[in-house]
Amino acid sequence: MSNSNIILSAKGIGKYFYEPEKFKVLTDISFDINRGEFVTMVGKSGSGKSTLLYLLSTMDTDYEGTLEFDGENLTKQKKERLAEIRNEKIGFVFQFHYLLPEFSSMKNVMIPALKLGKYSREEIEDKAYKTLGMLGLQDQALKNTSKLSGGQQQRVAIARALINDPKIIMGDEPTGNLDSKNTSIVFDIFKQLTSEFNQTVVAVTHDNDFAKASDRIIEMADGRIIT
Amino acid sequence: MRNYKHNIDSEIAYTHLFSKKKQTLVAALGVTVGIAIFIFMNSLMNGFEVASVESLFKSTPHLRIYKNDALSKSLVSSADSNKINLISNPKITSESKKIINPTSLLKILKNESEVTGVTPNVSGNVFYKNGDSEVSGRASGVIIDEQNAMFNLQSYIVDGNISHLSGYQNGIIMGVGIAEKLNLKINDNVTVASALGVNKLMKIVALLQTGNTAVDKTLSYINLPVAQQLQKQSPSYITDIYVNIKDFEKAKAYISKYKHLTGYDVEDWETANAAAAAANKMRKMMAMAISMSIMLVAAFGIYNILNMTIMEKLNDIAILKAIGFSGRDIVKIFVMEAIIIGIIGIVFGLILAFILINLMGNMWVGGDIGFFPIRVFPKYFGVGVIFGLVVTFFAGYIPARKAALLDPISIFRK
Ligand SMILES: Nc1ncnc2c1ncn2[C@@H]1O[C@H](COP(=O)(O)OP(=O)(O)OP(=O)(O)O)[C@@H](O)[C@H]1O
Ligand SMILES: [Mg+2]
Repeated sequence: MSNSNIILSAKGIGKYFYEPEKFKVLTDISFDINRGEFVTMVGKSGSGKSTLLYLLSTMDTDYEGTLEFDGENLTKQKKERLAEIRNEKIGFVFQFHYLLPEFSSMKNVMIPALKLGKYSREEIEDKAYKTLGMLGLQDQALKNTSKLSGGQQQRVAIARALINDPKIIMGDEPTGNLDSKNTSIVFDIFKQLTSEFNQTVVAVTHDNDFAKASDRIIEMADGRIIT
Repeated sequence: MRNYKHNIDSEIAYTHLFSKKKQTLVAALGVTVGIAIFIFMNSLMNGFEVASVESLFKSTPHLRIYKNDALSKSLVSSADSNKINLISNPKITSESKKIINPTSLLKILKNESEVTGVTPNVSGNVFYKNGDSEVSGRASGVIIDEQNAMFNLQSYIVDGNISHLSGYQNGIIMGVGIAEKLNLKINDNVTVASALGVNKLMKIVALLQTGNTAVDKTLSYINLPVAQQLQKQSPSYITDIYVNIKDFEKAKAYISKYKHLTGYDVEDWETANAAAAAANKMRKMMAMAISMSIMLVAAFGIYNILNMTIMEKLNDIAILKAIGFSGRDIVKIFVMEAIIIGIIGIVFGLILAFILINLMGNMWVGGDIGFFPIRVFPKYFGVGVIFGLVVTFFAGYIPARKAALLDPISIFRK
């Protein structure tokens, strides 16, 4: 949409929680992220990483400041448009891997693509199967997600985030439940997406090696960015 | 961009319904019970209502045309009440009750489109005598075929045959109460005496039981010419014309029209049976109130159970929103689920209502009622279907809409 090299720009983001009492979780957060960048976000537990990531991914619209994504101002956008943006341009991996429990792994991965309607069902099936295969899950493709292990579920969630070739992939500890082998698989995938396909990755992590190997580290403390 | 339409919304709805079959069925059962009770109770009350109206119209026409037997008035009446009338007719007499030229009136009435039945009548007070015992009552001179068509006399006959009246000039169809009092049975003879002193020996051709004691103890039907003879009148003498119309509820509206048409007084069934009509009205209002309450309770029950099924899917709603489903998609998915549950529930509800009505309708209560007067009214089945669909629609729409307006994250945080 926009030719600028900046994919995501945050200006003066602040957020309050009102329960149990009013307190400011995020204070004056500003940064730009470039296309094709692999950014990791680190910080102590409770520093506000997840909260920030939810704002960036348009899933929480209750904040102050402005967000711009792919040349579009997100802050004043209608909910329906935000849903479209999430579907087409953002892949999100939750800290707690939220999958639809009544559907198979395949279906969970396919649903965002079926919603988007860019490809035929056969093409989508093919792609979903390949993505699951890449993450070592081809055997689990037809299993209901409620019957998968935590790590398997997390990988399905990653596959789902990748299915629509989003401009940006946001992960809230996307490798938190994975062994070192699978972590390095996911890392390599992210690395490849950013370097070869100019997609952008923003991942929260507690894994120092993972963070160090990324292009840039954003460190948070008490709701602020310190580096 | 959007090259394919994958109908993923309905796919999700179906998966939700089929992967939790038990839950779906329980929710549908909630609808079933609501719908069945709604239809059953309405049929029950309406059946009762129809039965009581029918019993009222066993002997009362929707409208009665008659000559008011007003007393004669002063020849000269002063408009000024301060003045005294010097001339007045000293003897107050009853004017004739006779309707003039009834044949043409009957013809005119029969041509009215709303009229379903017209029959002339000569009613008079009589004594029924058997030996020394006598009972006072009213003999109604009728053209039996017309009378039967309008009042379905046939169905109240407990002994004998109604058609024998037309074959036997001096026949009489008598209320069972009279026969019992005079110790008479079918084919016995009875003397009928009018106030004018005419005596006639008549033969009982049939016995009648309407279930209304006041009627059964006084009323008899005789042939029109015999009634005229009892009143010492010519064959053109008619006291009343009975009129039935398509919708008895509208009787009042036709009073002035028939007054105008015939030039005589017209009385509708409500005026003629003020007490019964009031009771009827009260029953109707009560039925309406009960019907409304049942509707409310049923709607609430259906709404609740569907609402619950959707609330259990709140997490799914948040996930769907997170991966790009819009509020409109969410509403579509859950309204679809609610409507499908609703349709399943409604189908079973109709079947259950039908079974309940038939069970109830086969219960014998006896008396002049017979079986319990419930019946299948297609109207209520129709209303039940519409009611069920409307409620299930909103039961899906309202909670889905609420969830659809939330940010996905605020659902997860709940
Ligand atoms: N819904 C909420 N209501 C009130 N406070 C909240 C809510 N969610 C989070 N918080 C608080 O906001 C702060 C930031 O939480 P957040 O989940 O963003 O931390 P985090 O950096 O992701 O931590 P972790 O690494 O443990 O996931 C914490 O102090 C947390 O207690
Ligand atoms: Mg977190």
